[in-house]
Order: sequence, then C-alpha cells, then structure tokens
Amino acid sequence: MERDDLIVNDSYSLNNTHTDEQGVTIRKKIIKVTVLLSVITAIEVGLGVFIKQGTTMWPVVKWSFIVMTLIKAFYIVAVFMHLGDERKSLRYVILVPYVLFIIYLLFIGITDSNYVNDIWLRFKP
Amino acid sequence: MASEATQTVDSSTLWGGGRSPFSVSYGKMMMWFFLVSDALTFSGLLVAYGYARHAYTSAWPIGEEVFYSLPGLSGHYPLIYVALMTFILIISSVTMVLAVEAGHRKDDKAVIKWLAWTIVGGFFFLGSQAWEWSHFIHGTPGYITTQDNAKYWLTNEIPHGKTAADVADFGLVANVGTDNETTITGKAALDLYENKAMHVQGANLTINEYGPPQYGNFFFFITGFHGFHVFSGVVINIIIFIQVLKGVYRRRGHYEMVEKTGLYWHFVDLVWVFVFTFFYLI
Repeated sequence: MERDDLIVNDSYSLNNTHTDEQGVTIRKKIIKVTVLLSVITAIEVGLGVFIKQGTTMWPVVKWSFIVMTLIKAFYIVAVFMHLGDERKSLRYVILVPYVLFIIYLLFIGITDSNYVNDIWLRFKP
Repeated sequence: MASEATQTVDSSTLWGGGRSPFSVSYGKMMMWFFLVSDALTFSGLLVAYGYARHAYTSAWPIGEEVFYSLPGLSGHYPLIYVALMTFILIISSVTMVLAVEAGHRKDDKAVIKWLAWTIVGGFFFLGSQAWEWSHFIHGTPGYITTQDNAKYWLTNEIPHGKTAADVADFGLVANVGTDNETTITGKAALDLYENKAMHVQGANLTINEYGPPQYGNFFFFITGFHGFHVFSGVVINIIIFIQVLKGVYRRRGHYEMVEKTGLYWHFVDLVWVFVFTFFYLI
C-alpha cells in the first residue's frame, strides 16, 4: 500500500499552486458547478411553488428535494471546498465520523417523532 | 520545484513532527475539524426542527404559505425571496472559490477583486435576512381569539397607535380555510374586536400567528444562528481582504489564509442549502 503520511515533492498544501493554463480549466469547472447549483435551486423553487403539500405527488417531490439538496451539498463540498482534491485519508477523517453520527441522530429523530405524532393524533382535543 | 529538504516552511504552519499526515497544513486541517463540529451543531438544530415538524405535522405551518412577500410589492410570490437569498449566497460562494483559485496563481489583483465581490454578497445576504426577520416579526394584520377560543382573521391592518374603530372597512373573517368562510364587517366586527381575548400579529418568542410557538423559536434560532455565521464570515473576509491589500500573503509566498476563510464561507453556504430545503421547502 502506498504511504501517504510523508511529504513528497509539492504535496504540502502550502505549495498548492497552479499555472494560468490550469487556472482556465479550474474556472471552467467552477462555472459548470455554478450553473448546476442555480438550476437545481430554480427547480426546487418551481416544485415548491406548484406542487402543494398533501397532494399525491407531494411525497415524490419531498424526496426529490432531499436528493437535490444532497447533490448540491456534494458539489459544494467536493468542488468549492476542494475536498475532492484532498487525500483519501483526510476525506475519510472528515466525512466518516460526521455521517455515522448523522445517521444515528436521524434514526432517533424519525423514530421518536413518528411515535409522538401517533400519540398526538390519537389524543389531541 | 521545492522539495522537503530544500523548502522552508515557517514554523507556525509546520506540524510538530515536521511532516503532515494528510498533506495539508495544520491550520487547514483544524479548520476542517472546526467545520465538522459546527456542522454537527447545525445538524442538531435541523434534526430538532425536523422532529417538531414531523411530530406535529397537522399543526405545523407550510413554508410557502408563510414566506410569500417581496419588498415593496403586495402580491403573492411564494418562496421567491428565499430563493433570491439562496442565489445571492451561492454566487458569493462562487466568487470566493474564484478568489481561492486566483490565490493559487498568486494573482493579487484577481484575489482582491473576487474577495471584494464576496464581501458585497455577504452584506446583501445579511440585509435580506434583516428584511426577512422584520417581515416575519411584523406579520400580516393578524388574528384575534375570543373568550371561547374562536379565531377571526383581520382584513385590514390596524395602524400603530390607532384602534379598530379608526380603520375604514374594518372586517373579520371567520372559519378561514373551511367551506363556510364568512366576512363580518361593521359594528359586529368592532364588537368582536373589543371583546377579544388577544390579538396575535407577527411573531415573538412566545407566540406567533403562523403556527405553534416552537415554529417562531426555530425560525429565530436557526436562521439567527446561521445569520451570525454569515456575519462573522463577512468580518473574517474583510480582515483577510485588508491583509491581501497590504501584501501580507504575497510576502509570505502563499495565499492559504484565503483558502481557509474560503472553507468557512463555503460552509456557511452549505448550511443555508440545508436550511432552505428543510425549513422553507419541506
């Protein structure tokens, strides 16, 4: 396995520079992501305005909101925050603890709020 | 090309062992760790919101029915204002990443230009949020409740310092949202208003006209906490902007400070993406 705990040439992040030509490609990528984020936001607003909560389409729309949000989050973190360009070890150190905790928290939140909702609907005045 | 042996890294950024396990500087990694902990705080808030939202679904207000106003216009524009705020923040995130990119090319002028636009975007967002808060707090003409808990919505705003009797065409709407929605006007409406239990208008920390008290509390706390992050982000961006103007990073040989503040700024944008979805859309 390749070791990634040693500084080889230019691997230290302070040396993170690029040339003008590389800059052009990077900027193109940034513009692409910008367009994507704007389009997704526009779709979200459109769906939110035209499809009312409680209709038969609503559950589909709700889940598509969540999926679109995760796509946006992925592009912000991977491209804008450059996590996609970092070493694998750093990516995992940041993402794994967070994701594990969130899955746990969501599990508790959803399970218990389901239960409370049940009780509330049954006994509300 | 510098290598480990020839390169001089200033001691404040160098790791204790002289090398970086993740090929990032100490400061950048600590910024990431801080962002993870901050992300956990925001997740906690949003999950708590989702909990209340889901547990009391039928009593909970719907975003597009609460947020439908634009400054200076009286029509019905659901979610448009929040979408605008989201767009402002995304664009300021883009100008920030362009500043970071320019820093990698050691292009002073471009860093200054893009950082300046980022700061402008930040101020625009803060201003928008101030308007949004003010609008949420002042609300619509509101509703009154009677002693026997009936609810009537006002048709007209009662201006500050005036009473219902001073308002021409004062009216109350009963049974809002049902089939027998009726409007009461004239003396009957004034009598109901005089004998009201309370008049709920806008929002504060104990009661609001939109839904359960928690709804207002979550609005103030989540958007307020995020707004505070945006505010501190703008302050940090201004400090870095001044440093760039003074040529501190040119002399230092790298623009990593721009990258680190960039991380924080993108994180603020990232949080808003989630707030937008879970507070306003769902």
